[in-house]
Amino acid sequence: MSKKIAVKVDDLTVAYNYKPVLWDIDLEIPEGVLMAIVGPNGAGKSTLIKSILGILKPIAGSVAIYGKPYEKQRRLVAYVPQKGSVDWDFPTTALDVVMMGTYGSLGWIKRPRQKEKKAALEALEKVGMLAFKGRQISQLSGGQQQRIFLARALVQNASIYFMDEPFQGVDATTEIAIINILKELRKAGKTVIVVHHDLQTVPEYFDWVTFLNVKKIATGPVKDIFNDDNLTKTYGINYKVSIQE
Amino acid sequence: MDIQDYFSLVFSDYTLRTITLGTAILGAVTGMLGSFAVLRKQSLLGDAISHAALPGIAIAFLITGAKDSNTLLLGALVSGLIGTFWIRGIVKKTHLKSDTALGLILSLFFGFGMLLLTFIQKQPNANQAGLDKYLFGQAATLVESDVWLMAIVTGLCLFVLLLFWKEFKILLFDADYTKTLGFNTKIIDILITSFIVLAIVLGLQTVGVVLMSAMLLAPAAAARQWTNSLSTMVFLAAVFGAFSGVFGTAISASQTNLSTGPVIVLVASVFVFFSFVFSPSRGLLFKHIRVIKNRRDLELHKTLSFMYHIAETHDNISHPHAIKLLNNFQGYTKSTLQKLVEKDYVKLEGKMWRLTETGFNTAANLYTKQSTDDE
Repeated sequence: MSKKIAVKVDDLTVAYNYKPVLWDIDLEIPEGVLMAIVGPNGAGKSTLIKSILGILKPIAGSVAIYGKPYEKQRRLVAYVPQKGSVDWDFPTTALDVVMMGTYGSLGWIKRPRQKEKKAALEALEKVGMLAFKGRQISQLSGGQQQRIFLARALVQNASIYFMDEPFQGVDATTEIAIINILKELRKAGKTVIVVHHDLQTVPEYFDWVTFLNVKKIATGPVKDIFNDDNLTKTYGINYKVSIQE
Repeated sequence: MDIQDYFSLVFSDYTLRTITLGTAILGAVTGMLGSFAVLRKQSLLGDAISHAALPGIAIAFLITGAKDSNTLLLGALVSGLIGTFWIRGIVKKTHLKSDTALGLILSLFFGFGMLLLTFIQKQPNANQAGLDKYLFGQAATLVESDVWLMAIVTGLCLFVLLLFWKEFKILLFDADYTKTLGFNTKIIDILITSFIVLAIVLGLQTVGVVLMSAMLLAPAAAARQWTNSLSTMVFLAAVFGAFSGVFGTAISASQTNLSTGPVIVLVASVFVFFSFVFSPSRGLLFKHIRVIKNRRDLELHKTLSFMYHIAETHDNISHPHAIKLLNNFQGYTKSTLQKLVEKDYVKLEGKMWRLTETGFNTAANLYTKQSTDDE
């Protein structure tokens, strides 16, 4: 395949205490795919993302973003954490949260200015939340909060997007809005990696998939590897999913 | 001396001026930093740090034999910092939750400190008396140099806060995300925590080990009620803290035998109480009023829509109906009917009622209006 490798993970092993959460993961994610990471609870899906992003320290292994260590490629990467990972009663507005996406390129001390504000407003518009820019974030619905998080990542204008369960607890309208944005990102040549729970929608939303359960079970194009065999291997039970092709 | 005397004396009397300035500055800096502690859900950290400072005071006295406040506070700073880093260590290295770690360090250090204090008191040394003032604080012992020290630390803290405002804010909101942007979160974290420790140590002489955490929490908790902006919250907390200091000093100075530290804390608590009850958006009072109002509106709407369904069956919407009909409907009371009349939705004629045009249209649009309000 002539495509470039956006993310390369080698021998990655992560443990919180004694038991490994991720065991010897090798993974290559080609540029421009929209990839789902699926697996049961406790399979290490979030851990995998967090280790790639340097939030967690692995016991062994290495991660490369376009062939270089993550620390040197931060500007190419954006992250959408799980919505539940922050306190939404924090005293701040929707626009302010989205502005945080510009902090990385600003670096230490420098304050966001007009240019950053404009970028944040544009991102808010993309996710359909411009009308809520001045809203205190606790007064947003779950789906709206998720869109704010998405807008914050969009502001980073990255090449690779990591998203931790962006469809968690959102209604159908928001889910469609989010998936449309993800598809747009892929169309623009970006790589999008999503921790995903709803197996039914995998073939419809994604073109690439990684099965994970502490070890990597399989990774590749959805049409080749999204089958009962891999699902059973990952979920441990005889899993049947009907794929309409 | 009454309160009026106090305010006329505060500018001329050296002691009063020093104490008032000292408590005001202390209140401002602890309020400011307290906002960060509260938002990080580390409200108890202040309590643990202040208690952890006690053995440091005792040890500093045992080593130097002097009661110079700067030396003792240096001891407090060192043991406060040790306590803080032990807490962090415990949380990181063991399965214990942070409240357990805080409680553990708090009681361990405080117990050790009390042990040393009693040991010192038994010493045949005339110099030993008065160390226990650090337990509950004694604002009267503040001298000008203490106030200068407070002012310098506060100025420094303000400078750092303004300089790293953006970094502090994003770390408070979303630490993991901050890390992915390339910020060294450890440095930001240590910076905040160190300033909190410093502010607490500065307050020990005035407010004391036991009550110090209230200085950190009360102004911040009160400020949070009034605003949804971080900068306003920090500013308000500083103002509340400073006023608690001034009013507390004024009250304690105008009465005999009222210790300053506890009075300051009580004044701060009044701010908290007032804010919890009367804040327009988050206060209990207005929340309750809103709940009652919403319920009334709903009752009104329910009654109106009930009438609408009756009126609907007639060709003429304003056809009169008996009030008796409404008695079978649960939400209906005389006052709701009266309200509907006031709003010109309904007209009463003897024992009959009829919907007006506006009433009919409002009722017809009730549900659709609600669903558009949602998004």
